[in-house]
Amino acid sequence: MLRYLLNKIALLIPTLVGITICAFAFVRLLPGDPILAMAGEHGVTPARYEELKEQFGYNLPVWEQYARYVGEVATGDFGVSISSKRPVLQEFKTLFPATLELSFFAMIFAMVIGIPAGIFAAVKRGSWFDQSLMGTALVGYSMPIFWWGLLLIIFFSGYLGWTPVSGRMGLQFFLKPITGFMTIDSILYGKWDALRSALSHLVLPAIVLGTIPLAVIARQTRSAMLEVLGEDYVRTARAKGLSAARVIGAHALRNALIPVVTTIGLQVGTLLAGAILTETIFAWPGIGKWMVDSIFKRDYVVVQSGLLLIALIVMAVNLIVDVLYAVINPRIRAA
Amino acid sequence: MSQSTEIAPMAAGSPDRLTGFKTFWHYFSVNRGAVIGLVVFILLVLAALFAPLLAPYAPDVQDKTAFLRPPAWQAGGSSQYILGTDPVGRDMLSRLLYGARFSLLIGAVVVTLALVGGITLGLLAGYFRGWVDVAIMRIMDLILAFPSLLLALVLVTILGPGLFNAMLAISLVLQPHFARLVRAAVMAEKSREYVVAAKVAGAGHLRLMLKTILPNCLAPLIVQGTLSFSNAILEAAALGFLGLGAQPPTPEWGTMLASAREFILRAWWVVTFPGLAILITVLAINLIGDGLRDALDPKLRRS
Repeated sequence: MLRYLLNKIALLIPTLVGITICAFAFVRLLPGDPILAMAGEHGVTPARYEELKEQFGYNLPVWEQYARYVGEVATGDFGVSISSKRPVLQEFKTLFPATLELSFFAMIFAMVIGIPAGIFAAVKRGSWFDQSLMGTALVGYSMPIFWWGLLLIIFFSGYLGWTPVSGRMGLQFFLKPITGFMTIDSILYGKWDALRSALSHLVLPAIVLGTIPLAVIARQTRSAMLEVLGEDYVRTARAKGLSAARVIGAHALRNALIPVVTTIGLQVGTLLAGAILTETIFAWPGIGKWMVDSIFKRDYVVVQSGLLLIALIVMAVNLIVDVLYAVINPRIRAA
Repeated sequence: MSQSTEIAPMAAGSPDRLTGFKTFWHYFSVNRGAVIGLVVFILLVLAALFAPLLAPYAPDVQDKTAFLRPPAWQAGGSSQYILGTDPVGRDMLSRLLYGARFSLLIGAVVVTLALVGGITLGLLAGYFRGWVDVAIMRIMDLILAFPSLLLALVLVTILGPGLFNAMLAISLVLQPHFARLVRAAVMAEKSREYVVAAKVAGAGHLRLMLKTILPNCLAPLIVQGTLSFSNAILEAAALGFLGLGAQPPTPEWGTMLASAREFILRAWWVVTFPGLAILITVLAINLIGDGLRDALDPKLRRS
């Protein structure tokens, strides 16, 4: 197992180097002068220009600049945001919990509906439920989620008036963050009206962000389940006279869930990409909106570091998924 | 089709081709959803081709007496503008019809670019192996390490916003899927007897790659191409929606949604129709993709 893990990590090293090269190259590929680009729309005085050039090391050879950049990143120095003048890493730390909380609830939504629906569709293969579920899943999979979000706002916020249009919590509540998760913080403070507010802000974005993973998980669970239901050991279990619930729950499901776990893990990239759109629509203060806003503000230090940090997160999650997969499926470890 | 090709590579214009197509159509047409998808897709292509004839107005003509006019069936609407007008008095229906041109163009251009890039890289990697393979596939891994929309956003930031740059960015992001597919297929085919026979017969590298091996990797490529077509439309619309794709007043559906956003609570139609157009197009193509996979995958076919 340890060898498997080390092997996996070794394979990631080229990607890791590549990611830093991409982030490093990003600022240098921008049209125009990189320092003027990083300075934003206000521009700089010639004296400050030289100072910045010195500070960012643009007078050094490229490979030295890169080495310097990697050194900075490795020590946790991701630069300072041009627009807010705060360290990028600090901004990231305050915004990331919002994205994490949203993604978490989106994934819960997708799993709680997608897995049972997929199982049921497989068991009742060819039934009207199966057919309509697979039809719905394909619609979900084809959904432009930015439009889906707007539709939900029109209906639930505009027409029914049930949920707020945007934001993360009512403005009357101010909780000093403990965990950064509004739902957990409001429980920790014992403020139930704040919890209600947080949940009502959360529900629409979570549904929007969870829609594509829901469709993918339902389809994947169904096909994994169908495959397992045809196996000999399931037939044996049936022949032994076990109840249908026990055959499905104890024998089939455990093995069917192996590919589903991988699918769920692989949705993390989808979630982060989806978060860019979902957070923009619902004005959710997370890293997706932060990236888009920074692009429009030409705050390229943030874009550069955000790109790096997000890629690192995706990489780390993929590694965890690989390891989890090996834990639940011993055959992988041997290979 | 793929069963006969296991024995000999299919030459263009061989008598096999018609029966191959018949078999394919037989399996494809069993899938009702796929046929519906195909019909919708053909209608969309026709709408795009004949947009100037079908659309009652030019896409950028403004009627200053009719801002945000609701659709014909709703109170306040008129048959003059069947699907209503947008905030500056342009006919929604006309803009949607012209928008089909952009979406289909985006899909076609992106898939072509991604296919050419992916096939070239995949062939090189799978055929030559060694350091060529390692170098190419590490770069593909790297592209896949970023969430696709984020990478496309960053690329457009570098290239500058606009429809063409958005298409370039999306094809770069989608291209590794093709490269991986072609590489895997080439590696599987390369040691087959027909390839060895062609090699013994004196075929050069290029001939082996392009004429002997490539035609036998087509089935998965067609399926992936269809899925990428719909992905490209979605991503381009997302970029347009974020303001980094096609720029107003282009009647691209995502861009139309972006400029309609502030009116969502006042005028549902300016938001609903462009998104519905995207959904229908993407859904039709995905239905076709599912049908193609069933029809082209011999493993599924036998069961």
